[in-house]
Amino acid sequence: MTLLSLTDVSAFYGASQALFKVSLEVDHGQAVALLGRNGMGKSTTIKTICRMLPHKGGEVRFDGHDLRRIPSHRAARMGIGLVPEGRRIFPKLSVEENLIAAARSGAWGMARVTTLFPRLAERRGQSAASLSGGEQQMLAIGRALMTNPRLLILDEATEGLAPIIRQEIWQAIGALKAEGGLSLLIVDKSLKELEQVADRAVVLQRGETVWQGAMRDLGADITDRYLGV
Amino acid sequence: MTRETWINAALALGLLAVPLWAWVADEPFTITLATKVAILALAGVGLNIALGLGGLVSLGHAAFFGLGGYAMGILAAHAQNYTPLMEWPLVVEGTKSMPVIWLVAVIVSALTALLIGALSLRTSGVYFIMITLAFGQMLYYFAISWPAYGGEDGLSIYVRNGFPGLNTLDPIQFFAICYVLLILALAFSARLARSPFGLALNAARQSPQRVETVGISPYRLRLLAFVISGAITGLAGALFADLNRFVSPSMFSWQTSGEIMVFIILGGTARLFGPVAGAALFIFLEQALGGLSEYWHVHLGLLLLAVVLFARGGIIGTLAGQGARND
Repeated sequence: MTLLSLTDVSAFYGASQALFKVSLEVDHGQAVALLGRNGMGKSTTIKTICRMLPHKGGEVRFDGHDLRRIPSHRAARMGIGLVPEGRRIFPKLSVEENLIAAARSGAWGMARVTTLFPRLAERRGQSAASLSGGEQQMLAIGRALMTNPRLLILDEATEGLAPIIRQEIWQAIGALKAEGGLSLLIVDKSLKELEQVADRAVVLQRGETVWQGAMRDLGADITDRYLGV
Repeated sequence: MTRETWINAALALGLLAVPLWAWVADEPFTITLATKVAILALAGVGLNIALGLGGLVSLGHAAFFGLGGYAMGILAAHAQNYTPLMEWPLVVEGTKSMPVIWLVAVIVSALTALLIGALSLRTSGVYFIMITLAFGQMLYYFAISWPAYGGEDGLSIYVRNGFPGLNTLDPIQFFAICYVLLILALAFSARLARSPFGLALNAARQSPQRVETVGISPYRLRLLAFVISGAITGLAGALFADLNRFVSPSMFSWQTSGEIMVFIILGGTARLFGPVAGAALFIFLEQALGGLSEYWHVHLGLLLLAVVLFARGGIIGTLAGQGARND
């Protein structure tokens, strides 16, 4: 069952076209890796899904609903959770306040988030701005989970983090996948870790989908040509 | 308890102790000044929800202060003249009952805030400031040109309105009413700030786009905050009119909006007791310097400048040893 589908989506920043024909699908409970070199349209694709950038051509559907006229906050209410690039927590709120501000009723609550990230429980009353980069990333993931999404989008969630913290984050993502029920769309450069988690991969090149298929089928020819790995 | 909590407790007790001392010492004027502090602080608590928590720099809050005042003035004027407020399609009489007047003041202010907010919150920054200012001034000129209720001369009420079981003409009893309302508003404001709504409003002030990504519309959040803020300021307006037994268009003027904002900044923006500290300082300066020179606002201006430049947390933030909050 398809949860999210993009069909030949084009999007613009002013007069400049950033997405040409992006197509991808995420099924219920599936983890999909969105891959591509820097500037190839991964973040723009995510902005389009989250309705932070309107698309001009093609179609974006979530759970069967056309998202064309849906504002960003309503898309989030429909079940699209975003962990944005660069963490972007609310720095003047405490850890607990960041989580409460985003909370909506559902399976994910404070207890479950702090079980996934015990560090957040330890830093509960601490100002979010005073957290380390890794802890801020955990908070950003926790905050997105507090909205009880059906699709969790992680945009470069492990970028710029210490290896031990990256490992913790990947373990948490793995746990989310293993629990089932939640679909994941992951933008990351760590192919090795993605291979452990993702069921499928979509590769973007200059704003176009150039390859998609099962993660295990992502061969060296593709990674060499489009990812420069 | 944090140092700020101690300061807040000291302010709450101080505001209670001064009129009690004045009552014992038979100094009714001091009680009236303390009542004025409580009422202006209440207006500030209202504005602080929009300004401190929501980051909405409204220069039109005098509109709600004035509407609250005129709600009291119009209802009481009809009651004292024994003329109905309206006769068709149904007869509506005036009233001298404070609770009824408060209810009307809160409803009228909230509905007006809903209208002003619905339009002005579609903009931001200087445009928002200008639109709120424009609405305030529109009501100011409307009040001036409304002869049925005194026009430019305002409206006098001969006897203060009543509250069941209390003698509101007794300054200490009227102070008690205003003080209790202030404490209730402060308790509500504190609870609001810690609620999911208050936290989301604070988050929206920091980044509207991030708030949208967690499924919250910043516009709706701010609109609700603006309505709550306007309603509380309207209640303060009704009390202020009752204190003076007089309402005039000056309650709507942009200077009134500015003064409420000034004492919030003096006390500490987004600090729970910031409006209380600011209103107390404002009234103290008005009494201490106003007797020396009619240009006492110059000194107030210098003080405001010093606070903005060197003590951005205001009185509370400085005493608590903390900087600006929600800057």
